[in-house]
Amino acid sequence: MQGFAAMQIYLPVAELSVNWLLLLGLGGGVGLLSGLFGVGGGFLMTPLLIFIGVPPAIAVGSEAAQIVGASVSGVLAHWRRGNVDVRMGVILLLGGLVGSTLGVQIFAILRQAGQVDLIISLAYVVILGAIGTLMLVESVNALRRARRSGTARRGKLHQHTWLHGLPLKMRFPKSKLYISSILPFAVGAFVGVLAALMGVGGGFIMVPAMIYLLGMPTAVVVGTSLFQIIFVTSNVTFLQAWQNQTVDMVLAVLLLVGGVVGAQIGARLGQKLRGEQLRGLMALMVLAVAIKLAIDLVITPSDLYSIGGGGRH
Amino acid sequence: MSPPRAALALLLALLLASLAPRADAQMSGMTGQPLVADLSAHEISITTGFSGTELLLFGATEGEGDVIVVVRGPAASTHVRRKSREFGIWINTASMRFDEVPSFYRVASSRPLDQITTQGMRQRLQIGIESVRAVPATAADTAEIAAFRDGLTRARLRAELWQDQPAPVTFLGSKLFRTRISFPPNVPTGIYNVEVFLVKDGREIGAQTAPMRVKKTGIGARIYDLAHRHAALYGLLAVAIAILAGWGASAAFRRG
Repeated sequence: MQGFAAMQIYLPVAELSVNWLLLLGLGGGVGLLSGLFGVGGGFLMTPLLIFIGVPPAIAVGSEAAQIVGASVSGVLAHWRRGNVDVRMGVILLLGGLVGSTLGVQIFAILRQAGQVDLIISLAYVVILGAIGTLMLVESVNALRRARRSGTARRGKLHQHTWLHGLPLKMRFPKSKLYISSILPFAVGAFVGVLAALMGVGGGFIMVPAMIYLLGMPTAVVVGTSLFQIIFVTSNVTFLQAWQNQTVDMVLAVLLLVGGVVGAQIGARLGQKLRGEQLRGLMALMVLAVAIKLAIDLVITPSDLYSIGGGGRH
Repeated sequence: MSPPRAALALLLALLLASLAPRADAQMSGMTGQPLVADLSAHEISITTGFSGTELLLFGATEGEGDVIVVVRGPAASTHVRRKSREFGIWINTASMRFDEVPSFYRVASSRPLDQITTQGMRQRLQIGIESVRAVPATAADTAEIAAFRDGLTRARLRAELWQDQPAPVTFLGSKLFRTRISFPPNVPTGIYNVEVFLVKDGREIGAQTAPMRVKKTGIGARIYDLAHRHAALYGLLAVAIAILAGWGASAAFRRG
C-alpha cells in the first residue's frame, strides 16, 4: 500500500482516506452512463460510494452536492434550446422543497435511531427494483414491436383519470397543459423526499411521472426535471450540511470533475446507439444494483454487531 | 527538526545518559525513575495526503525488567448495535451504550503479556485488548453486556483502531528499547495518552507517560472546522461551489 500513498486523498468530513483516481474514475464512469442514458446517475453513484466504504450518510449528503453541479451543467444546454417549462418547474420545485426539507428531518431521526443505513438500502431496493423492472418490460416490448412492424407504434399521450379532476387548475402554455397544480406539486414533493433520503436527483422517477402522469411533451421533460433537481438538491445539500454535517466537499468535487467529463463523452456516444437497446441495458444495470443491495439485506452479515449512531465515534 | 532526526538526537542523548557516571544512576534510583522513554514525534498531522503513519517510541531502563507500551486515543461514548432477522432482512434491533471507550488502542510488549503481568494489573492499567475500558451505560445482564462488549471489540479491530496482538518491544542491549506504533488513515483526532511500564515479577516498578496529539492541518482541517462549527455557511458554500463547478465544466466543454 505504501507505493499508492500518493494516490490517497483524505476526505476531511468523511474522515477517511481513499484513492482519488478511484473517485475520479467512479465519477467518470457514472457520468458516462448518465450522459448515455440522459439520467442523473445519483442512484448508481450513492450505492457505489457505499460499496467502496464511504459511510451511507456521507455518501447521500455529498452525492446531493455532486448532482447540483451535474444538473447545472446539464440544464444549460436545454435552456439554450428553450426546453425548460419554467412554470411547471417552479410548481415541481415548490413541492420538491417541501419534500426534501421533510426528508432531511426524517434522515436525522433515522440516523439517531441507527436505522438510516437500512432505510437507504430498502428505498434503493424497492424503487430501483420497480423502475428497473418497468423499464426492462417496456424496452423488451418496444424491441418486439419494432421487429414486428418495423416502427414502434406511439401510444396515447396521456389518459384522463380522476387525477385530472383535482382543483387549483393551472395553465402551462409551454407544455400545452391545463391541469391541477396539485399534481406536479405532489410529484415534486415525493421526489424531494427521495432526494433527501437516497442522495439522488430523482430524475429517473420524475421523468416517467411527467410523461405518463402529467402528460408533458417529451421535449421539455428532461430540461424541466433538471431545472427542478438543481433547486431541490441544493436544498438537500444545504440542509444535510447544516443539520447532519454529512456533506464532504472534497468528495463531491472529485466526483463532479469526473462526472462532467464522463457525461460529455456519454452524450456523444449516445447519439450513435439505439434507444430501445440503451433503455434495456440501463434497466439491467438498475436491476443489478437493486439485487446487490437486496442480497446484502438478506444474507447473514459477517458480524451482527456494529458501531454507529449517536455520540462521537 | 524533522521527526527522524529528532528521534536520533534523543536516542543519542538517552544513550549518553545511560552511560553517565554512577551519581546519575543513583539519583534516578532515588527519585524512583528507573525508566525514561520518548516518542519520535508528539504530534501527528492529518494532511490532505495523509495515509496513516508510524511513530517510534524509544527509551532506556535502569536495571532488569520487561517493557509494556499502551497507547489510548480520546475516550467517548459509543453505541454498539446488534442486528437480528426481521421479516427476512437484517435490522438493527438492540443497542447498548458504553462510556469512556478509547477511540484508539495499541499495545506493545517485550514478552507475552500473560507471562509478565497479573490479571489484576492488566485490568488496572488497561493492558491487553480484554482490559480496554468500556463502561456499560445500559442496564443488562452479564452475558448480554459481554456479548455487546465483544461486538465492540470486533468492530474496532475491523476498523484497525484497536489492536489485539501486542506489537514487539525490542531491546538493544540490556537497557535501550524501542517499538513502533502504527496509526491507520482513519486515526481519530484528539489528545492521546502514551504509557510505558517497566515490569518485573508481576509488578510495575516504573512508569512514564508521554502526551501525544493527533490533529488535522491544512485545508482539510479548515474544511472540517467549517463543516462542524459553521455548518450553515459551509452548506451555502457547498451549494455555491457545486453550481460554479457545473457551470465551469459546461463552459469549458462548449469551448473545447
